[in-house]
Amino acid sequence: MWRRYLLWFAHEHVDFRHAEINSILSLFKIPIRFIEKPCLEKPYWIVELPSEDCAKKIASRSVLMKNCIELWSRAKSIDQLHINLRKSLQNTTSKWIFENVECAEYICPKELIDVCCSPNNSFKIEVETFCKHFSIQEKLDKIEEFTYLPLKGSVKLKNPDITLSYLEFYGVNPNNVPEQPYDLFFGKWIAEGQRDLIRFHSLKKRKFIGNTSMDAQLAIVMANQAQIAPGHIVIDPFVGSGSLLIAAAHFGAYVWGSDIDYMMLHGRTRPTRVGQKVRSKEESIKNNLKQYGTESKYIDILVSDFSLPLWRDGVKFDAMITDPPYGVREPTEKIGIERNNYTLSEEHLTNHIPSKVEYGLPHIYSDLLNFAARHLEMNGRLVCWFPVIRADYQDEQLPSHPCLRLIANSEQILTKLTARRLLTYEKICDDVSSVTVDPSSGVPNFRDKYFAIGEETRRERKERRAEEIATYAAVKARLGNEVT
Amino acid sequence: MKLITHNMLTSKCLKGVVTGYPLAINATDIKVKEVDFNPEFISRVIPKLDWEVLWVAADSIGHSDGLPRSLENKYDENEEFLKKAHKVLLEVEVEEGHLTCPESGRQFPISKGIPNMLLNEAEVQ
Repeated sequence: MWRRYLLWFAHEHVDFRHAEINSILSLFKIPIRFIEKPCLEKPYWIVELPSEDCAKKIASRSVLMKNCIELWSRAKSIDQLHINLRKSLQNTTSKWIFENVECAEYICPKELIDVCCSPNNSFKIEVETFCKHFSIQEKLDKIEEFTYLPLKGSVKLKNPDITLSYLEFYGVNPNNVPEQPYDLFFGKWIAEGQRDLIRFHSLKKRKFIGNTSMDAQLAIVMANQAQIAPGHIVIDPFVGSGSLLIAAAHFGAYVWGSDIDYMMLHGRTRPTRVGQKVRSKEESIKNNLKQYGTESKYIDILVSDFSLPLWRDGVKFDAMITDPPYGVREPTEKIGIERNNYTLSEEHLTNHIPSKVEYGLPHIYSDLLNFAARHLEMNGRLVCWFPVIRADYQDEQLPSHPCLRLIANSEQILTKLTARRLLTYEKICDDVSSVTVDPSSGVPNFRDKYFAIGEETRRERKERRAEEIATYAAVKARLGNEVT
Repeated sequence: MKLITHNMLTSKCLKGVVTGYPLAINATDIKVKEVDFNPEFISRVIPKLDWEVLWVAADSIGHSDGLPRSLENKYDENEEFLKKAHKVLLEVEVEEGHLTCPESGRQFPISKGIPNMLLNEAEVQ
């Protein structure tokens, strides 16, 4: 029987919300019906799902969703919420009744409530007030308003059989909080999202990090976008410190990584943490996975240049999840040297770390998409970040390949002028003729533009400051003349 | 480096190399580390491998005991076999040594279990 649910989201990474949930829905083949059109300013959705099990599956993966509640009553005023709930106690039609759709007056079927009223079920009522603070006594008073509910079980505050949730929504602007809530909800708590993972996988406590390690929340969003499932074979070809592999391994994948940076993979670069003088011998991607109990999912790490072929034809990964270098905080490089006819003498060979030349962004993405077309299983996904200059961005800039279909594109703003977009591609066909590099695609000079913009604003600021000083001096001089 | 990875690597990055597969293994330090056994994963991965190459590689480092040289029917129902495959694929680690390209003889070092497949500048030109 389809049930109605309130999905409550964290109010951040809003542009990623639909993309993450859609990937999870299609991973578990869960259909969904929207009861109210989602609104970007409101951190909740009201939906219908075929069963409670579906709601729990979504909650088992989503890191952007806070929790999920089986909705019993919903209204735009406190009085109306209780009126609706009282009417529900009489609603024997086994269906939701809409009294007044504009004012969102929904009346749920009686059966949902009856199921929780047995004397054998201990319960508690939790009060959440979004964007407004209430004292404990005020919250208890709110709970008292619900005594008309025929709950026969005992109240148990710790680990009750049933938790009922009462939510008052006062908007998202703490500087403009209304007297009365905009929206109210009441229902049975079903499941929590995966936000605890954000603290569990936090970079602050991680053994081995680099300058560009992905934060835990976005790493998990990426693993969801890639629809990573237990037993999957996953690779990150720009692995760095392995932060994306941690999320992949958490969802049961077996992971490979490669990177051109020999020193990074051997834990011998300058430490990223402030105050740390030298990297400990324990710092490695394998020990990162060990820290979170997923060491068995670590397969191998290789030092390799992604611009050159490495893997046997016919090797197929279930997913690729990666954050390529943008040329800003880490270099975009491949092996090479500007000099012609370069030779290396025998004695230098063993410990030689080869020099690198520029590996332009269009080239990186063309290699990435060609690799995905060649080495992903059918319907496998490539999830990667793509840097953009916000003012110049157009959808046409995005890399494309005839064998890959763009499924999702979410923006994370980095600075006033730059952003990065999380792109999800799905492999839709196997006819792999390599796509050639289009030197004008994307933002070929992202690094140059990034620093040029920085330089420009610095210069603008300097000029403005000089102007201000000159004006101040002139005014002061004039005033000085007037006074004397 | 685990043998499952070795099964998938080539030296195609080298100029003039046609397939660059399989790479020969010279191991100076091998460790055997316990890894959780997941029979579904092993059954799923076996069809992706070149089994003959796996057997020869395992044999070349002295770890082919009890591993059949060819796959039998219904190997995915044979738990004894899956356990042996699991050991060879995921538990045997080449910590130090090198991989050798079969066509050019070029060696790729393995250090601390991490193969270094980087070429030097002259080889890329």
